[in-house]
Amino acid sequence: MSIWLNHDSKVIVQGMTGSEGRKHTQRMINSGTNIVAGVTPGKGGKGQEFNDRVVKPVFDSVQEAVSQTGADVSVIFVPAKGTKSAVYEAIDAGVPLVVVITEGVPVHDTADFFQYAKNKGTTRIIGPNCPGLITPGRSNVGIIPANITKHGPIGLVSKSGTLTYQLMYELRDIGFSTNVGIGGDPVIGTTHIDCLEAFEKDDETKAIVMIGEIGGDAEERAAAYIKEHVTKPVVGYVAGFTAPEGKTMGHAGAIVSGSSGTAQAKKEALEAAGVKVGKTPSETARLMREVMAQLA
Amino acid sequence: MDLFEYQARDMFAAHGVPVLDAVVATTPEEARAGAEAIGGGTVVVKAQVKTGGRGKAGGVKLAHSPEEAAAKAGEILGMDIKGHTVHRVMVAQGAKIAEEYYFSVLLDRANRTYLAMASKEGGMEIEQLAVERPDALARIPVDAITGIDAAKAAEIVDAAGFADDVKAAVADVVVKLWGVFQAEDATLVEVNPLVKTEDGAIIALDGKVTLDGNAGFRHPDHAALEDVAAADPLEQAAKEKGLNYVKLDGEVGIIGNGAGLVMSTLDVVAYAGEEFGGVKPANFLDIGGGASAEVMANGLEIILGDAQVKSVFVNVFGGITACDAVANGILQAFKILEENGTPVTKPLVVRLDGNNAELGQEILDDFAKTLPAGAITREDTMDGAARAAAELAASGQGQGA
Repeated sequence: MSIWLNHDSKVIVQGMTGSEGRKHTQRMINSGTNIVAGVTPGKGGKGQEFNDRVVKPVFDSVQEAVSQTGADVSVIFVPAKGTKSAVYEAIDAGVPLVVVITEGVPVHDTADFFQYAKNKGTTRIIGPNCPGLITPGRSNVGIIPANITKHGPIGLVSKSGTLTYQLMYELRDIGFSTNVGIGGDPVIGTTHIDCLEAFEKDDETKAIVMIGEIGGDAEERAAAYIKEHVTKPVVGYVAGFTAPEGKTMGHAGAIVSGSSGTAQAKKEALEAAGVKVGKTPSETARLMREVMAQLA
Repeated sequence: MDLFEYQARDMFAAHGVPVLDAVVATTPEEARAGAEAIGGGTVVVKAQVKTGGRGKAGGVKLAHSPEEAAAKAGEILGMDIKGHTVHRVMVAQGAKIAEEYYFSVLLDRANRTYLAMASKEGGMEIEQLAVERPDALARIPVDAITGIDAAKAAEIVDAAGFADDVKAAVADVVVKLWGVFQAEDATLVEVNPLVKTEDGAIIALDGKVTLDGNAGFRHPDHAALEDVAAADPLEQAAKEKGLNYVKLDGEVGIIGNGAGLVMSTLDVVAYAGEEFGGVKPANFLDIGGGASAEVMANGLEIILGDAQVKSVFVNVFGGITACDAVANGILQAFKILEENGTPVTKPLVVRLDGNNAELGQEILDDFAKTLPAGAITREDTMDGAARAAAELAASGQGQGA
């Protein structure tokens, strides 16, 4: 298995006809994702052509796309201004997994559509401002490069895209069950804890890498969760030890406020929960190698 | 973006939250005129700085006449409060305070919704109140869709135990403050203190507002609230070029792709720097996924404009962008900067990994041969590159190379 995404996942792309949407849909097709349709209001009925004369149907609405194709995943590339209504549409159509790649979504919009999804109870949201998720060799939803790693026994959850890629690459000889980029915004649909829970239940995942960064207390809460509920070995990494207080470091959620949200506090919380925490990405990869060697 | 008190006050007033008459002044003369304009009676002259503890620092003074207001403004302007220089004061009408309360509504990251906090004991630092007397602070989750209507506001004031004679009036102000939070895309609206005056009016006496930068497209008026004068000149220049840059206090300039990787790069450089007399990263700069020549050139220009920088570490993981494209971007950036008359004069350490890494490394190595020795050093690992960049910065080779 793997978590949330597999061979048979049927994926629609909201915003497929835009330049980002087209570019990344092509990459998803290249990496073996079963893209079944695109959704762009006003462009329904036309097909969108990709390399090798592959043509994907375009629908005006998510509802239509779902009823015609049986899609169970939607990935959203629409600009920030339109993201909230796009997510609402996917939730209303009952899509079980909605992956929001868009960066720069106002946090009031995210809090709103997260609450809406929670009320409906039928949709998991990943993101926004995330690279998506990949089950290497099987399906890739979002913008994670597919050719830098292979399928294997490590599950990875991260707030950061490029650090995800860095670890995927460093551990490419061992491989990954699923890599989930949960995003760096202050409010996100899927948390470290959600992923830890899913990896714990997934037979294929033997060990977990968890990458965090400054801001909020998600890592501290994840540490408490690990202590109580996770039996598989977890290796951690936290970015932002040198970040000054009160400055947003790239990600909207990456900010140390007063004495809260520091990398040091997160590292200590994880270590107290028995997680081995690497000082650098490379050391983190090394610690995971040791864990895998012990499991073998 | 955090607002100054006077900006928060104006925003409150625009949304019907009761506030006192006030004007902002940058000179004693303006303070005098302002005090006259709001009636000539007793006023409070308050330093406008984005930090707490103004009162204790002597940044809040009472004045009984316009002349006294000018004198007090003269004392406060230019004062240093916790590292913040006072450039403005707010001259506000005096009020006879009977009671002080606290109210805030903020983004609750942990619960992914909003949180309202209220207390009938205001005036003190809320962090202190939360620790010392947690029972005195009501914390009520607010649904992101339904928000705070009259019924929710009543629930909040009940939970905080407000006296019956002020409940309705406080609840009314709470609904209006939610209006500010919602309509302005705020992540924090705090009133401390919210006061009852001797004649029974409820007034927001001091306000703190944080706005969500991502929502700027809905609020063209928010850009004018930014304190451009206080911004670091390099950060301002970077912003104008659309770069995600934060100035830090160090010697190794950093360019990377992806916020997490760049944060991690800063850490790795700081660790490596410990070995070389405490060399530190000079900045955060995330050039994002594209890493085009133009973005690379803009980034290098900003970093080379930082006189403190002695060496530059370019750390790119080629995920979506292939490393050969990044290498060509660096090459082009050197040319662009040469043509602009701002050639690259500090040594670069480059680490390229990921997609097409070997190709990118080849392009870079060939280019380095055309440059003076040491102008570009290529390293295979992030840790190795950090060490090389820190060593270069410590040896001061940056000045001449």
